[in-house]
Amino acid sequence: MIVSVIIAFIVGGLVCVIGQLLFDVAKLTPAHTLSLMVVIGSVLDGFGLYEPFIDFAGAGATIPITSFGNSLTHGALQEAEKHGFIGVLTGMFEVTSSGISAAIIFGVIAAILFKSKGKVS
Amino acid sequence: MKKTGTYQFASKPSIVSTAVSVGPLEKVSPFHPHFDFIYEDERIGQETNEKGHSQLIEDTCNMAVTKGGFQLQDIDLLLAGDLVNEMTPTNFAARQLATPFMGMFSACATSVSSLITASFFLETKLMDKVMFGAASQHNAVERQFRYPIEYGAQKPPTGQWTVTGGGYGILSHHQTGKPYVHSATIGQVMDCECTDPLDMGSAMAPAAFDTIQKHLAQNKGTSYDFVMTGDLGKNGFSILQELIKSSGVSSYLVDNYRDAGAEFYGNEEKFLSGASGAGCSATVYYGPIYAELLAGKWKKILLVATGALLSPLSFQQGETIPCIAHAVELSME
Repeated sequence: MIVSVIIAFIVGGLVCVIGQLLFDVAKLTPAHTLSLMVVIGSVLDGFGLYEPFIDFAGAGATIPITSFGNSLTHGALQEAEKHGFIGVLTGMFEVTSSGISAAIIFGVIAAILFKSKGKVS
Repeated sequence: MKKTGTYQFASKPSIVSTAVSVGPLEKVSPFHPHFDFIYEDERIGQETNEKGHSQLIEDTCNMAVTKGGFQLQDIDLLLAGDLVNEMTPTNFAARQLATPFMGMFSACATSVSSLITASFFLETKLMDKVMFGAASQHNAVERQFRYPIEYGAQKPPTGQWTVTGGGYGILSHHQTGKPYVHSATIGQVMDCECTDPLDMGSAMAPAAFDTIQKHLAQNKGTSYDFVMTGDLGKNGFSILQELIKSSGVSSYLVDNYRDAGAEFYGNEEKFLSGASGAGCSATVYYGPIYAELLAGKWKKILLVATGALLSPLSFQQGETIPCIAHAVELSME
């Protein structure tokens, strides 16, 4: 248990280090970095590499945004097996729908309750 | 011979009144005793940031008129601008003020480009009172040029903080006992191929240097209390100092360089490299610096407002950030 927590912490942290390097060294914007991480997760799953990564790192692999890309591909492939080409379209959001809906719903709640203001670092 | 863009105003038009107002965060500024009004609400009591921006401009222009003992109908022309798309905050404020109006855009250098333009109008004697100035409102500007406010994106140490504030003045014919515009240098657009919108100081420093060099070359032998750039920030200001040191411009009798953006928030580290925005130079120049000129603390100063001429779209399309700097020399007899 303790060992898997430590592995998750270190691996998840390393994924974030890659993101930070994309900001600071490659000078990518947050939007570009986010998209790139999603695409990387998606491509890795396409080659069947993300599942072993989750088996190894657990939350260290499922919490970073790369896991969202993994879920997109995963859902698409799963549904494609059952329903053919149309399954690619329906499956993409099947696994990820809870994440997307949660983002929208909590976003709306926050927007109703709070007023945005500048963030002093 | 190539024109340098430097002009002297023989009629010595005087800045007869100014007013400066800022938002709540700007209270921490070491300049705050010279701000005429500090709003408690960053939206200036309005429903949206943009409406607040407009209200700030309208209030501050009214203040400049009242402080000078004038009325709005005395104003021949309002020359002003801001950073928001199509300059709606200034345009909407001008709708309320109902004076003759022309919008000016030189990004954060509008504070000085508007004063220079006003000086030419005064020089022709066709006008008696021209109001000039610029403003910015933090949230309205940051969400346009950087990230949505809600997003709370972190900035690198070279990042700057857009000032909520506006500074406006009224330029009239020469009056003894009031600071006057001695000369000005209209800058040219410089591009050092910088592409990072979170490091505008580095992009603007060469433009400031070019304008300072041109102005001082035309005014050799003049001694200045100081030369103050607009919003290079701590980072950009150190680059300017390097440029000056390596070129020997300091031999023109200037040894005191300052930057409004670097000084604006004092040593508060949370504001990173310092202040920026059209309201940065406008509030410092027409608030504390004007007050000190008026009090006789300074005799001759050079104000060099700097502007980064990018748009969010030009940045996304990978364009570099061209910059400009306009200089105005103020004197007090």
